[in-house]
Amino acid sequence: MTEQPTPLWEVFIRPRNGLTHRHVGSVHAADATLALAAARDVYTRRGEGLSVWVVPSAAITASDPAERGMLFEPTESKIYRHPTFYEVPDEVGHM
Amino acid sequence: MYSQGLTAATVADDADPMAEAFQARIDAEQKIEPNDWMPEPYRRTLLRQISQHAHSEVVGMLPEGNWITRAPTLKRKAALLAKVQDEGGHGLYLYAAAETLGASREEMVEQLLTGRAKYSSIFNYPTLTWADIGAIGWLVDGAAIMNQIALCRCSYGPYARAMIRVCREESFHQRQGYEIMLTLCRGTPEQRAMAQDALDRWWWPSLMMFGPSDDASQHSDASMRWKIKRFTNDGLRQKFVDATVPQARYLGLTVPDPELRFDEPSGHWRFGAIDWAEFRRVLAGDGPCNRERLAARREAHADGAWVREAALAHAAKQRGEKRP
Amino acid sequence: MATTTSITVREIPLVGLLLRRADDALVLGHRLSEWCGHAPVLEEELALANLALDLIGQARALYAFAADAEGGQHGEDDFAYLRDARQFRNLLLLEQPNGDFAATIVRQLLYSAFIDPWWHLAARSSEPRFAEIAAKAEKESAYHLRHAADWLLRLGDGTAESHRRAQAALEWLWPYTGELFEPEAPDLVAASVCPDPPALREAWQGTVFPLLAEATLSRPADGWMQTGGRAGRHSEHLGHLLSELQYLQRSYPGAQW
Repeated sequence: MTEQPTPLWEVFIRPRNGLTHRHVGSVHAADATLALAAARDVYTRRGEGLSVWVVPSAAITASDPAERGMLFEPTESKIYRHPTFYEVPDEVGHM
Repeated sequence: MYSQGLTAATVADDADPMAEAFQARIDAEQKIEPNDWMPEPYRRTLLRQISQHAHSEVVGMLPEGNWITRAPTLKRKAALLAKVQDEGGHGLYLYAAAETLGASREEMVEQLLTGRAKYSSIFNYPTLTWADIGAIGWLVDGAAIMNQIALCRCSYGPYARAMIRVCREESFHQRQGYEIMLTLCRGTPEQRAMAQDALDRWWWPSLMMFGPSDDASQHSDASMRWKIKRFTNDGLRQKFVDATVPQARYLGLTVPDPELRFDEPSGHWRFGAIDWAEFRRVLAGDGPCNRERLAARREAHADGAWVREAALAHAAKQRGEKRP
Repeated sequence: MATTTSITVREIPLVGLLLRRADDALVLGHRLSEWCGHAPVLEEELALANLALDLIGQARALYAFAADAEGGQHGEDDFAYLRDARQFRNLLLLEQPNGDFAATIVRQLLYSAFIDPWWHLAARSSEPRFAEIAAKAEKESAYHLRHAADWLLRLGDGTAESHRRAQAALEWLWPYTGELFEPEAPDLVAASVCPDPPALREAWQGTVFPLLAEATLSRPADGWMQTGGRAGRHSEHLGHLLSELQYLQRSYPGAQW
């Protein structure tokens, strides 16, 4: 007898002092309510979380690792986007 | 927990330029992530190792779970329950990591329950007294921690990250076990005898956790080359003995090895011969609890089928109602 | 020389209250811990363990307070491990065996729907330490209630089999619900130390009845309600539960663990 699979959900947690949600792993659950409960029960037992997101794994579109060069390397040479590229004299103060 | 000695990595086809680029990334200590290109043997080896590691955690809940209802104080009860819960959680993180390699949880569980997948043979031994709970935390978790710290630097990203999380949680497991042993050794004569008896029964199986001796172990080369395995079986085993013997002496207990002696020049504790026939026997299914462990997992899975089906049925109904 | 390892408790009113609530938490926590290694799915292993850990934590806080209130002769473990079944004061509902997952969820729902509003009111207790325990316990029981309600819905309105099991569990456990509302010690209620359980009946019905309906379950008729737990007259189940729980302390009197 083959059993129907329970959907996979990716879990994102924003920690107590954090600013952004971080991917911490996944859980299996039949629906969003149970997924949220599972995420809370599995990934926040040591007070890690202040906010939890669960997303069906099937809903996530990821960039293709093989296209890493095309997608991300061009940005590496455009260092003028970074504040450290520009020199501002110290006397001007913080900018 | 621990699954070394249960997997065999086969050699990749090195003439392939993709394989060369892949090996270069590994040599440069870069992490391989899900959906990255990887040689099929790498993927298969990792999948087997991670899933068997996951199975070990889940089966490992049973010998310790055996004493939750009989834990002798409320503090011990809560600590043991939390520890066993952690083990379930570790199984969950590891199944999640394994799923990134293309297997589903259902498939992996099926492999365990039909006996096709292995789990660490240490869990085929029974917990006969409360002191066994101390011995397991001290020795079995101690051995597992040694291996898991090494795996934090595994080449496969999801596995390495799962190990980092596991190591952070594991820190109280060994301390809890050792504290139990300490309390017993400072207790009544019966309690001291209980502690010694537990050490007598768990010492050699704990050494076997590190897998066969390096000269008897085949196929380690690829695992080492792919940075799935970072240290040799014998290397880790020696490290474990060196750390643990002083701990046993502090407890006033005798390690059940008449050949155990400190070797001044090398600074290592030399130990006697391991009974590898016992290891192979237990691995093959004739350990004291193999059948009970698998039966318990099968029963839990079978008994839970209607629950899982109900959740899915309810979810389907909700989706059905939303359609116009 | 002692002829039994059991302790004798000075059950002054405050101690009585604390033991009632502590025994409830311990017995239910112990029952839930029995699921360890046998839950229907790995995620639920962790969920049930969380519930059990919350309850054991509540039991410890309440027993510790009882120990102080009694005069310091006993510790939390004495109450848990060295009282005989006739001295335990927990509700009959909570010592019932786990049964299947449906029975465990129904038991949890019926209890949490009462204890959550009760803790909420108890957080205003005139006894500060009890108020503090109640405030913390209420956050936990709120989650327990939600978890049980979510599952009851899915079991009642899931498959034919899950519905059958949930209904059967409801029929079996319903006669134990009356005990939830047995009055507390009048002096304690009058002194605002704790709320009186009968006052929670409406809130409990307001939670349970709509939930049963939404879960397509039939509310059993109110027949004779079992009673006796608060007076130490338990079902046969408690004796076996305590045999396991207390085994080591009874077998090795005086030992430290």
